[in-house]
Amino acid sequence: MTDNVILCGVGGQGTVLASKLLAASAMDRGLPVKTAETIGMSQRGGSVFSHVRIGEGAASPLIGRGRADLVIAFEPAEAARQLPFLRDGGTLVVSDRPIVPVSATVGGPAYDLEAIMAYLRKSVKHLVVVDAQRAAADLGSTKCLNVVLLGAAVRAGALNLTPQDIEGAVRRLVPARFLDLNLKALNWG
Amino acid sequence: MHKEFLMGNEAIALGALAAGVQVVAGYPGTPSTEVLETVAKRKPKDVYVEWSVNEKAAMEVAAGAAYAGARSMVTMKQVGLNVASDPLMSLEYVGVKGGMVVLVADDPGPISSQTEQDTRTFAGFSKVPIFDPSSVAEAYAMVRDAFELSERLGSPVFLRPTTRVDHGYEAIDVLEESEWEHRTPEGFVKDSSRWVIFPRLSTANHAKIERRNQELSKELSASRYNFVTPAAKDAGKRGIATHGISYTYVCDSLPEDARPSILRVGTPFPFPEELARDYLDGLDEVLCVEELDPVIERALIQVCGKYHLATRIRGKLTGDVAPSGENTVESVGEALRRFLKPGSDGPSRSAADKAMEAPQLPIRPPVLCAGCPHRASFYAVKAAMRGKKTIYCGDIGCYTLGNARPLDMVDTCLCMGAGISIAQGVYRVEPDTTCFAFVGDSTFFASGITGAVNAYYNQANLTIVVLDNSTTAMTGHQPHPGIGRTMMDEVVQAVSIERVLRAIGLTTVETVDPLDHVRAVDTVRRVAQEPGVKAIIFKSPCVVLERPLGGCAIDAQACVGCKRCIRELGCPAISLADNKAVIDAAQCTGCTLCKQLCPTKAIHTIGDKTAGGR
Ligand code: SF4
Ligand code: SF4
Repeated sequence: MTDNVILCGVGGQGTVLASKLLAASAMDRGLPVKTAETIGMSQRGGSVFSHVRIGEGAASPLIGRGRADLVIAFEPAEAARQLPFLRDGGTLVVSDRPIVPVSATVGGPAYDLEAIMAYLRKSVKHLVVVDAQRAAADLGSTKCLNVVLLGAAVRAGALNLTPQDIEGAVRRLVPARFLDLNLKALNWG
Repeated sequence: MHKEFLMGNEAIALGALAAGVQVVAGYPGTPSTEVLETVAKRKPKDVYVEWSVNEKAAMEVAAGAAYAGARSMVTMKQVGLNVASDPLMSLEYVGVKGGMVVLVADDPGPISSQTEQDTRTFAGFSKVPIFDPSSVAEAYAMVRDAFELSERLGSPVFLRPTTRVDHGYEAIDVLEESEWEHRTPEGFVKDSSRWVIFPRLSTANHAKIERRNQELSKELSASRYNFVTPAAKDAGKRGIATHGISYTYVCDSLPEDARPSILRVGTPFPFPEELARDYLDGLDEVLCVEELDPVIERALIQVCGKYHLATRIRGKLTGDVAPSGENTVESVGEALRRFLKPGSDGPSRSAADKAMEAPQLPIRPPVLCAGCPHRASFYAVKAAMRGKKTIYCGDIGCYTLGNARPLDMVDTCLCMGAGISIAQGVYRVEPDTTCFAFVGDSTFFASGITGAVNAYYNQANLTIVVLDNSTTAMTGHQPHPGIGRTMMDEVVQAVSIERVLRAIGLTTVETVDPLDHVRAVDTVRRVAQEPGVKAIIFKSPCVVLERPLGGCAIDAQACVGCKRCIRELGCPAISLADNKAVIDAAQCTGCTLCKQLCPTKAIHTIGDKTAGGR
């Protein structure tokens, strides 16, 4: 059995660290893990994704369309972009704060947040919307959205991992001076 | 042995260190960069590592080390191999003494490159043997075998991962540092009949290489990297031939008990001909699932011809697999379905596909960071040249992103260092066009200098604009000769771009901070008017490297919603809300460019940590 997770967002949002935390938590449980990262040009504010495959039986590090059990989206439009990868009955955890690309303000396709959120609500039964604004206000930082989202995903029961598993990885991988903030972020909400 | 969770590129680096590599040189390029960076991070003291100025220099450094008997490795991306092909083509004829691995990372898609070239094809052309891994673990194992093969043959050997192997992570078994090989090279032994390439040597060695590769093909038929997995299920005399990451897509697409026999080729050159012949014998049809060139497909067709086999070979040449682009789990699954169960239905669509039409989504191409000094440089030239007939020749780096609206300041981009010479060519046809060539600092050293000399010597009339942000930003901030620090962590004398340009003969070379908009515009106007080849160096550090602590904010009362800042600059930190411009504090670096532009002075610097107080 493999658990297939896709993390997606905008270059610079911290998807790579989140996928590392997820992989580390799973490995602590003795599970095999494969991941694939977007590294390169897209990291400059483009669409980025990480694929994480946990458990036996995964040959490739990439997940096919309609085969992800969980999509963790750092941004609504990116959630919509990756939605075709979510399987029937899969879970979507999404931050509701949009990042409007420059292209949308200089004549490219517009960013219609309402239409996008409505689409997500209609298409996904197991949907968890994270209020990123409130999280940032409560935590006093926008920098730990990745851990907030991981926490929400675990609590939604979308992963065969416990909050303690993730906490162990956070303690090991997050620099000491950000540890308290990230532990709070993990349990936020 | 212990387990480590490694990126493919990290695994390759550790594999090389375990094989006792002593000299590693390279030039950064996605998706290859982390190999050399990991060597630098994990190496014992006596291993030498350098970022060379370009791939040609790197190839030669590694070759010299191998002449002296050490194991060496050179790293680059596929387009870098074009730059390094001059030394490599000859090196194959001359040969090496210590094992030498040429690590070339291919980028199907392409995701971060100019071309989709396939180094497997280059291997056949250059006659250099090649390994093509399917996974992180296999890449780790192959490096070592590549070193051994190279040493035994006295020939460089390619290792050619693709993006998904380079940037895939897996927990693999790696050797302890105490288990790494340690070697004492013999040193360079003078022998001009061996190390000096002359036609006579080439004639003799070419014949030897052809013979060697034929024998090697036989040997590789028994290699563990070329194998056949027998059919789990009677697939009606059909088989699949595949390689690289596509092999894993094949495995994921077909449950183990439903797989036909599979030929997995890990050394596409020399091709394991005998293994392939035995595999094909008795099969009616084989589908080649390959990414980029139909290398295996052509080889199998050849095998069929040579041995009079009636097997039908299908793949790219028959239109069964897409001729270009990156393979995906879906594209491979689809090709397999059509091949194995013709006439059956495609996979059922996922919930999201079915639910409803997705709304129009914004497009999100990569952009220059908020506060990137390149934005200011481009904008200064644009402002200074408004209304004039101009051409803006660009180059390779973050600044290629200056092509996007609203800046729209990159008219051409071809390959590393080309901008200056392209501008020269345009000038010869259109002398009334004001020609600019934008080149980054790292690119200037890589191959901009030759263009500058050529333009100066040949009496061109153009302005070289060096965008000097003191790093190689796009590939993740590597040092270069202009910085004064090496990969061995030595502090060295920096090479001054200004002095290089002056030494060539340019008399006008002005250095200016692009974030000082008025001065920058003034400088561009003045310099562009001068005759001949002249240069402007826009100097300001990359904001990712030297994160400024300031920020700017917009006074909603004072903002009249003219959108000038948005329309002119396209800084990702500025957006529009309720018809007023707003700045996202999380992204803004306080570069003040928008502030200098705002007609109502609505933008101000906040906090006490301003970026220079402009
Ligand atoms: S000061 Fe203006 S232009 Fe510079 S980063 Fe901030 S918002 Fe962007
Ligand atoms: S990484 Fe540096 S050079 Fe590249 S876009 Fe960002 S600020 Fe500019």
